Amino acid sequence: MARGHHDVGGLPGAGAIEVTEHQLSDWEILADAVNQALGARGIKRTDEMRRAREEMDSAAYRDMTYYERWIASIETILIEKNILTKAEIDRKLVEFESKWGEP
Amino acid sequence: MTPATGRFRTGDRVKVKFEDRPGHLRTPWYIRGKSGRIEKVYGDFLNPELLAFGKDGLPKKTLYQVAFDHSEVFGKAQGAKDKVLVDIYDHWLETLA
Repeated sequence: MARGHHDVGGLPGAGAIEVTEHQLSDWEILADAVNQALGARGIKRTDEMRRAREEMDSAAYRDMTYYERWIASIETILIEKNILTKAEIDRKLVEFESKWGEP
Repeated sequence: MTPATGRFRTGDRVKVKFEDRPGHLRTPWYIRGKSGRIEKVYGDFLNPELLAFGKDGLPKKTLYQVAFDHSEVFGKAQGAKDKVLVDIYDHWLETLA
């Protein structure tokens, strides 16, 4: 076992922590809403979401922004619990892309 | 809240286990193997290591706030009065004489 990609506290070379406030995008607010709705329904727990992010591919984890990781872990948990399939999610994604032009 | 069932009380000297195993481990890497003192007993909570895998989280584990000297964690005397405070569950701690 090695130190996980999420567990970087105290490592040198991480750079300064960005502490300035920034405007959330609509999709980030939506990600939070979906997350909270799933929690309220008892479908997922925060600990499960964290575990899903810890188990992600390390390169993908590093490339993603904060809420992108949230979305990825929500997807993992929903597939894991047989609520949605990967195929259903991908199909919907194609639908959105064709409707809005941009993902 | 019911009284905490854990082994430690405020002021007890403890050492964090240096464990590394698969799973959802809530004790950060940088504090494993370090020695400190129980600062606060929060109470008993469902075990996140089990909740992370969709289990019920039982039996509950006592959660503590543990204080570490700055020098113990960062290896230098800088900030001699400063403490590093980390929340750690009972099963990650062992008694330090």
